[in-house]
Amino acid sequence: MGKWTRRAFIGAGILTGGVLIMGVAIRPGKRIGKVMGLIAEEDETVINVWLKINPDNVITAILPHAEMGQGVHTALMMMLAEELEADWDKLRFMEAPADKEYANYVLAKGFMGEMFNIPSFLDKTVDGALLMATKSMGLQVTGGSASVRFTGAAGMRVAGASAKAVLLQAAADKWSVPLAELRAEKSYIYHDKSNQAGPYADFAKEAAELSVPAKPKLKAPADFKIIGTSPPRIDIPAKVDGTAQFALDVKLPDMKYATIQSPPVFGASLKSVDQTKVQDMAGIHKILEIGDAVAVVADGYWLAKQGLGKLQIDYNTNGNEGLNQADIYAKFAQALDQRDQLKTDLEVGNPLKALESGELASTHEAEYRVPYLAHSAMEPMNATATFKDGKCEVWVGCQNPLGFRIAVADALGLKLEDVTLNNMMMGGGFGRRSETDIAVQAALIAKELDYPVKLIWSREEDTRQDYYREATISRFKAAMDEQGMPKVWLNQFVYKMHPAEGSHIPYAVEHQMQQHTDVELPIPWGNWRSVAHSNHAFFTESFIDELAHQAGADPLEYRRSLLKENPKVLKVMNMAAEKANWGESMPENHGRGIAVHTSFGTTVAQIAEVSVVDGKLKVHRVVCVADPGYAVHPDNFIAQIEGGAVYGLTAAMHGAINIENGAVVESNFHNYQMLRMDESPEFETYIINSYDAIGGGGEPGTPPIAPAVANAIFAATGKRVRELPFKDADLN
Amino acid sequence: MISLQINGETYEVDVAPATPLLWVIREQIGLTGTKFGCGMAQCGACTIHLEGQPIRSCVTPLAAAKGKAITTIEGIKDEQGLLHAVQEAWIEEQVPQCGYCQSGQIMSAVALLNDNPNPSEEEIDQAMKGNICRCGTYPRIKRGIQKAAASLSANPQILAENG
Repeated sequence: MGKWTRRAFIGAGILTGGVLIMGVAIRPGKRIGKVMGLIAEEDETVINVWLKINPDNVITAILPHAEMGQGVHTALMMMLAEELEADWDKLRFMEAPADKEYANYVLAKGFMGEMFNIPSFLDKTVDGALLMATKSMGLQVTGGSASVRFTGAAGMRVAGASAKAVLLQAAADKWSVPLAELRAEKSYIYHDKSNQAGPYADFAKEAAELSVPAKPKLKAPADFKIIGTSPPRIDIPAKVDGTAQFALDVKLPDMKYATIQSPPVFGASLKSVDQTKVQDMAGIHKILEIGDAVAVVADGYWLAKQGLGKLQIDYNTNGNEGLNQADIYAKFAQALDQRDQLKTDLEVGNPLKALESGELASTHEAEYRVPYLAHSAMEPMNATATFKDGKCEVWVGCQNPLGFRIAVADALGLKLEDVTLNNMMMGGGFGRRSETDIAVQAALIAKELDYPVKLIWSREEDTRQDYYREATISRFKAAMDEQGMPKVWLNQFVYKMHPAEGSHIPYAVEHQMQQHTDVELPIPWGNWRSVAHSNHAFFTESFIDELAHQAGADPLEYRRSLLKENPKVLKVMNMAAEKANWGESMPENHGRGIAVHTSFGTTVAQIAEVSVVDGKLKVHRVVCVADPGYAVHPDNFIAQIEGGAVYGLTAAMHGAINIENGAVVESNFHNYQMLRMDESPEFETYIINSYDAIGGGGEPGTPPIAPAVANAIFAATGKRVRELPFKDADLN
Repeated sequence: MISLQINGETYEVDVAPATPLLWVIREQIGLTGTKFGCGMAQCGACTIHLEGQPIRSCVTPLAAAKGKAITTIEGIKDEQGLLHAVQEAWIEEQVPQCGYCQSGQIMSAVALLNDNPNPSEEEIDQAMKGNICRCGTYPRIKRGIQKAAASLSANPQILAENG
């Protein structure tokens, strides 16, 4: 678990009907600096309820994270069940309501422990005032590969172990037998000597009267029975027969449908709406101006979209109409040229002095760049809302239910308690569903109506009104000794996003400097699966490969010699090399490339095998090795690592959002292409459990794939691709 | 009024004949297993069967389905309510992640196996490349189809009943 010291406040109680509830609220201990002031004043009486035991011995886990395909509900239930010795077949779950009581302190504190700084992906979830909000209302966010790492490790396991401890004590008291002679198994307590046995529920009432251990003893990995196995995911059956309920599937009596268009040019304002062609259309009920967006409400989505298409909408110019992608890259280059303006984020050794010393044998420079990226979750953004008697209810699939509730209350001028939020399964999230815009729009539309409304964005709106992964340029300069080994590593790039370690390298280079600059642009930024790791891994793992080839070295051997003091990364990389038969000869036009990168606590090495024939790239096989510390649900972890790699490969092969005349050019899957089955490589994935602190699963598979493929392209063709996506590279 | 045959039931609907089947099935009939992804036949999330053939319901007008048999994800279980071999295989291989595209993936896979009970990898690629999965479940979809094909060839009557 994290490095932070903490005190756990645990409480138990009995609800009507004899249901035992067990809560754990974790509160950090003293912390130096500004972090301390922000969190120290929390209400100590807050108890977060994590589990309840019903009289029929069914146990319900209450989970503060949302399901977007990452299998989080299953994994968190496993962590609870493990410590509780719960009967897996009689374990249920409910998603915690969007309420302050379920605000995700554990998540926030986990981040603080890791980096003394809450990452900006959480910043925007509560209107930029995250730290104040943490204090006053807390967080309830699914993101940052954090659910298992923090809620699971620090919340679920502690709650399960504490509950088991008081249940055992209650049984010892009731049966008047020594505690040490009792054992718990599958939600039953046994005293073998006296041949007594009873379900947990029989001891719930007495257990609730006992004081709960704040730091219960947790199991050692060797004693795990459920963690480390792969039970079938609980959400899957409903996802094969069409019964899973996404927000798009919400049905309410008298509900109507809306669609919307925001100004295509970023920051533009609405000038006029000519409704002439829509006035006589049957089935269209309302045309509404929602801020600078225009919404059409109709009997059905398709009709609403037809109506929207027939409106003549004009916008005021705002100066952004002249912005083009080429200008954006030119602005980046200009900003990087102003070297005295760069902000230094990392300095190791004395890089500038080492460069000027003239003692180094050679230098190498390169410039990389990547474009904006959209999230393109399969389920287009949508939300359903009702507004009646000053109260608003919203149905939406989101990564941040409490933040959404707050945003809706703020937009409508309501008190928080007058907004109800129902979180649904998400048809993909990838960071996009942490932004509250869709729920606010739906609520504002509902406020104008006396019937429920389902707002659905077209795919075009979803593509053009995203919060984008930033485009950026990254420049490198390295200086080598006579053996070609790097002694100086300089890296300068545009935008420093979180996590800060995205651009850090695992290699032993004596002198390092990393600097960044900022360029103000109207393109909205958002968290995109793996965030800053998504671009920096491409830059750093490609550039180290360049240095290896400059030195005439094998890229694997070159990395090995720089990883002698980093055994975790070295082990992961070595296993990947062994599994991929690194060094074995390949057919003509084929090549292997390696990349290794650590993100969200998990180290992943990927080796891609590609061919380039007549300029056409094909990725045949990807071998992945990942060390997450400990894989809670190995089968799902593998699915996440491979899915993350496909997400990264999609962007690397095809992904580019281009800005022309101040707006996004791409609109739908015909011009913003996704990786499809016929392009998807074969995967082989292996797990190393190092028993280090538990790492994430959702994001770490994404960063290494682009550089692994770029390095494989170099091996196959001798061409170094320094700009994504590969589809635009000339490989002939 | 237009009469529709969906999963063996008859429905009367009163909407413009140009309305895409996807929205009629979801909004008028209330069968929400069929999903909206792109609205231009690019992603396959809306795949249903029309007379046994896989089609993109987001671009197929209601009028085109008049008098024809429509099958949706809700209609591929057998008469006893048992899962189709493809659905079984999807659970065994733990295919879905977010699950949103999977109705369309399964409908494309069922149509493929009805047409070609023992597809090669290449044939799977060709039949399935119209269905996008953003979670990247492609390796498991492929395994699921191969597993379903094996199970159907061991129990050929299942295929006949669904074919």
